[in-house]
Amino acid sequence: MRPLDENETVAVFNKLHKFVGNNLKNIVLESQAHEGPETNPGRYCFRMQKNRVYYVSESLVKRATNVKRDKLVSLGTQIGKFTKSGKFHLTVQCLNLLAANAKHKVWLKPTSETKFLYGHSLKKDGVGRITEGIQVNNGVVVFSMSDVPLGFGDAAKSTVDYRKMDPNGIVVHHHADIGEYLRMEDDL
Amino acid sequence: MAGPKLSKKKGGSAANPPLKKKQKALPTLEKETKEEMIFNSDGSEEPVMLENPDEEDQGMDSLSDMSSDGDDVYANDILQGSDDEEGSDEEERGAQGDSDSDVSDFEKEARQIDEEKAREEVDAEAELELNIKNEANEFSLPTEEELEEEAQRPPDLSNLLRRIKEIVRVLSNFKSLRLEGATRKDYVDQLKMDLISYYGYNDFLIEALVELFPAVELMELIEAFEKPRPTCLRTNTLKTRRRDLAGVLLNRGVNLDPLSKWSKVGLVVYDSQVPIGATPEYMAGHYMLQGASSFLPVMALAPQEKEKVVDMAAAPGGKTTYIAALMKNTGMIYANEMKESRLKSLTANIHRMGVTNTIVSNYDARELPKVLGSNSVDRILLDAPCSGTGVISKDESVKTSKSALDIQNCAHLQKQLILAAIDLVDANSKSGGYIVYSTCSIMVAENEAVIDYALKKRDVKLVPCGLDFGRPGFIRFRGHRFHTSLDKTRRFYPHVHNMDGFFVAKLKKMSNMKPTSQQSEDGEVEEEESELVESNDQEEGVKEKKQFNKGSNEIATEKVIKEKKQLNKGSSVSGAGKQPPLKERRKKKEWPSREEIAKNREEKRQALRESKRKRKYLSFDIGDVDYLLCYCVGQSVHEAVILTDSSSKKTMLCIESAAKRMRLYKRRLSGCTREYDATSQG
Repeated sequence: MRPLDENETVAVFNKLHKFVGNNLKNIVLESQAHEGPETNPGRYCFRMQKNRVYYVSESLVKRATNVKRDKLVSLGTQIGKFTKSGKFHLTVQCLNLLAANAKHKVWLKPTSETKFLYGHSLKKDGVGRITEGIQVNNGVVVFSMSDVPLGFGDAAKSTVDYRKMDPNGIVVHHHADIGEYLRMEDDL
Repeated sequence: MAGPKLSKKKGGSAANPPLKKKQKALPTLEKETKEEMIFNSDGSEEPVMLENPDEEDQGMDSLSDMSSDGDDVYANDILQGSDDEEGSDEEERGAQGDSDSDVSDFEKEARQIDEEKAREEVDAEAELELNIKNEANEFSLPTEEELEEEAQRPPDLSNLLRRIKEIVRVLSNFKSLRLEGATRKDYVDQLKMDLISYYGYNDFLIEALVELFPAVELMELIEAFEKPRPTCLRTNTLKTRRRDLAGVLLNRGVNLDPLSKWSKVGLVVYDSQVPIGATPEYMAGHYMLQGASSFLPVMALAPQEKEKVVDMAAAPGGKTTYIAALMKNTGMIYANEMKESRLKSLTANIHRMGVTNTIVSNYDARELPKVLGSNSVDRILLDAPCSGTGVISKDESVKTSKSALDIQNCAHLQKQLILAAIDLVDANSKSGGYIVYSTCSIMVAENEAVIDYALKKRDVKLVPCGLDFGRPGFIRFRGHRFHTSLDKTRRFYPHVHNMDGFFVAKLKKMSNMKPTSQQSEDGEVEEEESELVESNDQEEGVKEKKQFNKGSNEIATEKVIKEKKQLNKGSSVSGAGKQPPLKERRKKKEWPSREEIAKNREEKRQALRESKRKRKYLSFDIGDVDYLLCYCVGQSVHEAVILTDSSSKKTMLCIESAAKRMRLYKRRLSGCTREYDATSQG
């Protein structure tokens, strides 16, 4: 387990910024961590273990240092992975974190929930509600009508274009969804 | 008997007819009395008896005809009556010549047909009686020939089942229902064989179950093992409430109910239109599919907020996530799992349920005290790997795959794990100091025996689990006698509580000290050592030395050193060198020469000094003391002096040899120094 270096931190923050925008400061700076046995809440920080980035509270980090590197499997919440070529991708485990701070949201109709959960991208006729002000390639968090976060992805069209689109067009490119817990448990 | 019978006859009694009547009446009477004897189960006369009713009626008819009572009922039967009259006459008088040969041919045939019919009926009745006799009150064990025959034929399941039920019935009321000459053992052996072939168990497991349960309960248990337990789920209180979740699932078409009054988060699923493990709520981490019995150890553990908790065998993560939910994501959990293949599901479940306070590691749980440090954790959950005999309803292969060796191996591993767990916990923690040990097995060797072992080896005590339903564990079982507090443990059975077989025990660590320092090559030596050293068994240990040393009463009266070690690391250094002397002592070998012994001792002392310079205390290993004692004994010691420094609770043994000059012993005892100059005595 090690802290992230410069480039890695930049990559992670960029990716997060796509989804949460200004709320990034909530995640990084002003976070109150109630984990850990101390009474005072610490802060959260990022740690890297085996090419995976974890979002952990500091007290947990301190106590995870006695675990050997090859025996440490996971700590806190995993937010993403670095690929072999050095790119950073967010994974589904950070959904809770993103959903709490997301700027751009899309709500799905019940009929098209299952399609999204199978890994398909979102089409216009499946969308129930959409927030204003989405630009192309913004990060979007997908919810069900009952406000249960289902996954996240990339906006393919801006909100303005979305209204003019034909019903079969793709609105959101799929990145990750909670169905992966069942489909791809081994790859997480 | 003859009188009342006669009066029953419809025919009156005139003088002449009575002669014939009597002649006929007599055989019919005889036959009638014989008929009465049917009910006395007298088989030999049955054919004769049963023929009579037919002939009796006809006899009556003939009688009535003869007496010409004018009974209309019988008036129509003239032909029959006369036929029979002749037939019975002929029977009485033997085979006399017939007056009319033609008529007699017909009559003969008719008679023969009648006789055949009567015979068949008799046989049928006899057979029926035979069957009834067998199945009513007297059940007899099959003989060896019958068993051999059965072994050759394909198994007759209904017969087996019937026999099983019969034996269980007999065993439950043995005094009244047993057969002469059949011992209880015979019945039980036959029952075991039948159970093995009917339900598909192996010898060992059936043997074990028979030891645990009486016959009727055994049947209930085995039947319960054949059926699956109801599917349960646990609401994830980090994300939702049971009420809301139940509402959402009902909308999806799931038929469910709250689990029981002892759980506020459990739901039991009767049936479901959608796959219950694949709903969007499941994927969003609102609930976890978990057996009802798996709720119990976490409820017993009762983790508080802001505590440090370790789950030593955490996969697939149901209990770990429940702990996190109870702690509301505060504090810290170490989730450890030894098998790599199960780690994926553990991490996936942790993330799915939104647990953020967990560190997942991949150690062998016995190493955890070294990794995390001894006495560092508030609570521990040890859901030990076991033989799985309680979850036969989930996994039928357990019926045939477990042997005594498997159980022994499991028990050995569990004992090591529980000691590691106890060493991990901090007895002085403000809110904790608890260990919960649970298995999904019903074997005593894996449950009560392990807890008893832990009670002997460490300073822990059993406390109530907080689960008032559930049966108390065994205090005594066959040959074993366990500590009396073992009735605070709880056992759960499928046929009583409708959940998988389970065992839960909650221990509280009283102090961080260990009664012994264990360094041994194998378990046997370790146990012998512990017997020697434990204060309870001091006399025993000294007695053992007596065996080696004849006539050294002085040594016998001296006490063995009581040791308190702060860390067991000291012992690991000193213990290593002590094995050969111990072995020597046990094998009654010759002692090495005095100079060698002295040299060895001096070297060891130097080594000890080096390693313990920092710690500023002296720790004796039992081997050290034994060695010294034995050496001195071999030199015919007259005196031995033990000095105790009460402030530091260290004991020092100083031995003076009557014959030889001893060296100066300098020992530094935390803060005070004592020097003894042992000189030779006059």
